[in-house]
Amino acid sequence: MSQPDKSRKPTPSQPPKLPLDRRAFLKKGGLAPFLLLVAKVAPTPAGETAPPPYQPGEHYYGMAIDVAKCIGCGRCAEACKTENDVPREPFYFYTWVERYIIKTNGETAVESPNGGIDGFPATITEQGILRTFFVPKLCNHCANPPCVQVCPVGATFTTPDGVVLVDKDYCIGCRYCIQACPYGARFLDPRTRTAAKCTFCYHRVTKGLRPACVEVCPTGARIFGEVHLRTSPLARFRRFNEIQVLKPHLNTEPKVYYANLDGEVR
Amino acid sequence: MPQQISRLLVLFVLFTLGLVIARHYLVPKTFGRLGHYRAAAIDSIVSRNVKYVGRTTCATCHEDIAKMHSVARHQTVACEACHGPGAAHMEAPMENRPPAPRKRAYCPLCHGYDPSRPTGFPQVDPVAHNPVRPCISCHNPHAPEPPVVPGECSACHGQIARTKAISHHALLPCTRCHETSQEHKVTPRLSRPTKPRDRAFCGECHGKDAKSPKEIPRIDLASHGERYMCWQCHYPHDPELR
Repeated sequence: MSQPDKSRKPTPSQPPKLPLDRRAFLKKGGLAPFLLLVAKVAPTPAGETAPPPYQPGEHYYGMAIDVAKCIGCGRCAEACKTENDVPREPFYFYTWVERYIIKTNGETAVESPNGGIDGFPATITEQGILRTFFVPKLCNHCANPPCVQVCPVGATFTTPDGVVLVDKDYCIGCRYCIQACPYGARFLDPRTRTAAKCTFCYHRVTKGLRPACVEVCPTGARIFGEVHLRTSPLARFRRFNEIQVLKPHLNTEPKVYYANLDGEVR
Repeated sequence: MPQQISRLLVLFVLFTLGLVIARHYLVPKTFGRLGHYRAAAIDSIVSRNVKYVGRTTCATCHEDIAKMHSVARHQTVACEACHGPGAAHMEAPMENRPPAPRKRAYCPLCHGYDPSRPTGFPQVDPVAHNPVRPCISCHNPHAPEPPVVPGECSACHGQIARTKAISHHALLPCTRCHETSQEHKVTPRLSRPTKPRDRAFCGECHGKDAKSPKEIPRIDLASHGERYMCWQCHYPHDPELR
């Protein structure tokens, strides 16, 4: 753009060209801020436009778990601990994987050594096993959450998008919610002495990312998405599979939906 | 108005005023805006740092690997499932290089045999499957392929080959013990491969003063079960597995 002007400028004995130059200069001067704006926007990748502000009311989240696909590798529990800065001790989990071993004599053994992060001991013999499988567990983000009901200070709550969260700056550490949760999804963080639990990776989903456990699951056993939207992977999964929830008799209305769930799973 | 009533009224007003003032200072600003909780708590949770950036972000730089990975059997495995969170690596790619699990212990987290895993998921016995060798020396973790059948003996002797493949003798070629002529492939029954005939043959590796690597178990041929041939007690294609 500036090339013709520069070539014009040095040409001598043409004073009438001067006003045109000024106009051109002003034009370019006026354009410059916009060009700068464009230059600032341009280096970002083409697909990444400025995200619209997040509207919690437009979403309602849930998760589905295909028990038949879980291989018990524990990558979800590992990623969750890293992403959410959960204490590394083996008693604190936002999500964990349980191994169920149902024996022919009717006994059911459930184990979850370090949440499955380090794998499961290969010591079991195949003798006398009727069924065995892995079940990933996490906070069920109940639509009717007992933990929120019992909190005396309003430190745990349901967001408009259906995620149950803990306000760790407001929690008084009374442990009522830990007692009330029928799924054992809550614990008292030893560093802050406040209740902690799965957040559905709220800091990720509000940015359009999937929860860390869903992101790293190698077999796609975890599906995250909108509950009410028909065109969401979660809704599709619920249409195509027979869905159960954990402890339905408690009327907590969990939003973590299990497919291929065994009747023995509690 | 009687004096006592007006006094009570003053006290009541003062008490209410005190309550209102105390409530103003004690209840957080954003409490009750969205419900019976502090709305500001949502902002503090939302503002936490993302550590797992997602595979599409990895692909913006590592195009070649992403392209190979996207059509391979591991396409559903996220980069960060093995390499760990990538946010720090994105900010300073050279200073924070994500780890690559190269040890044998890592792959069995998914592929170690476990009866609880779904049927059909590829699994191996990590103890017996090509012992000592790192998985990545045979399998490309970004585009793994199922094992290639060694074209020679196992084409017909598959059961023995599969048994041997998970045994301690996995790394021995069949021809280490069986001399096989080329005719055996054409007329198998007319020119049979040889079999070891004496205890000294096993002793070439397992004898007390054999020159084989020292990890191989040793016995004294003179005193160890001298009345029997080795293979009367030990199955050579799967020695002492159980």
